[in-house]
Amino acid sequence: MSESHSVDFKVYLRRCIYVFIAVLCTTSLMICASYLPHYSWTVKVALILAVACVNAFIVAGFLMHLLSEKKMIYTLLGFTAFFFAGLMGLTIYAMHDMPAGTSFH
Amino acid sequence: MEIPYAVQPRPDTGIYNAKIGIWLFLMSEVMLFGALFSAYVLLRVGAVPGEWPHGWLNVTLGTINTLVLALSAITTLLAWVACKTRQFAKFKFFHACTLLLALTFLCIKGYEYHDKWIHYEIQLTDGRIADGHLRENNPKEDYVVIEGRYVTDEKDLYDLRVQKGIQTGEIKIPRAQIKEMENYGPWHNTYLALYFTLTGLHALHILGGSIVIGYLWGPGRRMWKTDPERFTNRVEVSGLFWHFVDLVWIFLFPVLYLT
Repeated sequence: MSESHSVDFKVYLRRCIYVFIAVLCTTSLMICASYLPHYSWTVKVALILAVACVNAFIVAGFLMHLLSEKKMIYTLLGFTAFFFAGLMGLTIYAMHDMPAGTSFH
Repeated sequence: MEIPYAVQPRPDTGIYNAKIGIWLFLMSEVMLFGALFSAYVLLRVGAVPGEWPHGWLNVTLGTINTLVLALSAITTLLAWVACKTRQFAKFKFFHACTLLLALTFLCIKGYEYHDKWIHYEIQLTDGRIADGHLRENNPKEDYVVIEGRYVTDEKDLYDLRVQKGIQTGEIKIPRAQIKEMENYGPWHNTYLALYFTLTGLHALHILGGSIVIGYLWGPGRRMWKTDPERFTNRVEVSGLFWHFVDLVWIFLFPVLYLT
């Protein structure tokens, strides 16, 4: 929510309506994707998470004003993204780092 | 001594103290939820094929909660815009809406928790399993009553989405036939442990955010008369937290309800 915005209530109200419609559409898409027949579980999960990312981008970009934030915030987000990727990456790495002769199942 | 940049932004970063503070806090929250999500990934991928529950949660209620939270994020933003445009009556209205929506979210979540709490899996001595919602469990009686069905294999309980038209009815089970009886609490299996941990932590965030928003709507609004700019900043900071809580739910909903 940057200070540099010229704040106009009607403009924001219109933007909020668009955001809500977008959230409604993306949520419906996610539900539809989960019921898709003839697709593997992996494809469905990838599709649903991709739509969830679009949904998150809309909320973060427009409601949190991340599309027009200060450089300092982007720097902090960059660090977080790095550590978050490391967290997920190490988890995936650990899944394949099993002691010899053992497996998950 | 007055603390600098409590209201006005620092010239070099363009951000005031509370805003940088809330963003740093949100970054730590990303790592907290990230750790739990990574635990989910690890346990989900490591689960025995065919033994991960599907369709155990009510998608309709999850969808309603998604929209309720999205709407509350919007009313929070509009409350901040109302402060920025010096329309205090509108601020009060939109913040009250946010509080009501937060309460609605928690009520729906509470209903979902209750539904799982009274849902029982009962192992019988003859090898069958009775699964359903508990209707009667009076310790003085020698039977329990559930609204549910019998299955012969526990695997029949995992994927409910592929089972069409499940027939349920009232089942009276003598206590002497019960080998083991357990409700769908966090101890029931890995999926429910993750479900209760993730949604429970999220619900605590909703509760915490509601307390802050409630304070700004109630006793905290006195600051509007003395320092409206600082009050607006407080509304902005609480709004950023609220949007983050919405963001977490955007990922929780598909992960737990749809996949």
